[in-house]
Amino acid sequence: MSDSATVADHNPALQHHFADMEQQQQASTMGMWVFLITEIMFFGGMFLAYMVYRYMYYAAFVAGSQAMDFWYGTINTIVLICSSLTMALAVRASQVGQRKALVALLIVTMLFGCAFMGIKAIEYTGHWRDHQFPGANFHFAGPDPQHIEIFFSLYWAMTGFHALHMLIGIVVVGFITFYAWRGRYGPDYHNPVENVGLYWHFVDIVWIYLYPLLYLISHKHTG
Amino acid sequence: MSAHVVPKKTYIIVWGILMILTVVTALVSRIDLGHLSAIVALAIATGKALLVVLFFMGVKYINQKMTIVVIVAGIFWLAILMVLSMADYGTRLWS
Repeated sequence: MSDSATVADHNPALQHHFADMEQQQQASTMGMWVFLITEIMFFGGMFLAYMVYRYMYYAAFVAGSQAMDFWYGTINTIVLICSSLTMALAVRASQVGQRKALVALLIVTMLFGCAFMGIKAIEYTGHWRDHQFPGANFHFAGPDPQHIEIFFSLYWAMTGFHALHMLIGIVVVGFITFYAWRGRYGPDYHNPVENVGLYWHFVDIVWIYLYPLLYLISHKHTG
Repeated sequence: MSAHVVPKKTYIIVWGILMILTVVTALVSRIDLGHLSAIVALAIATGKALLVVLFFMGVKYINQKMTIVVIVAGIFWLAILMVLSMADYGTRLWS
């Protein structure tokens, strides 16, 4: 892009405070990562709380984990991994300037995201119906319900914030899809597609850790 | 200037490994490994996360060192949070 072009005919997507498209691209990627670091801090605190309480009330956490539905967790993990593949391919399509493929892959990614949210909604409905939401209506048969309630507090907080991130991701991908359809992105300019991709993969990674911690590690364990 | 374009095949292979690891971790959870089950499950999860970060998020192909510094610093911070906190809470019951 730097082949003796005059200042006047620079890429219209280049913001005036950047020297060239490459610098803009690198600043955009690094800025997105700085944001993702703040997200790691946000979720990291809840993961730490989970670890500390699991250590303190081990038997209660085993009992709480065994109330989770193995299949909802497993299917949602598979759905999210597939959505990450379509998102990675979408970013690739924007890099090589395949507009139609980009729009299609972004739509498929959103559909996977909606499928995740739908399964999560069914799962939440069951937990709500079974009095597994912390508060006045919480009820759990068996010993130590007040510490099992801590497990469910963390379950709702962690998966709830994860689901909120999914929802925001779906909306942002929706906007990006609209601009992609309008032909805004191509080989020279695709920072927004890359950044929403980074966000989407980050949210996937959070679930990659939530899945074993909430659904798996105490599955066959009597504590 | 143009981004590093990764072959489609690479993404599909990474996706395949992620699916296999998901099935493995799901199957392993059906076996009672006692306290080991958490370590095995988290090791597999970390492997999956690493694949996502390196390939899907393209960290393997980043050529700007400052971005790498940001990422490593973030993960290092998370390690401080987890290790030092557990070194505290994990040893309080020792007496």
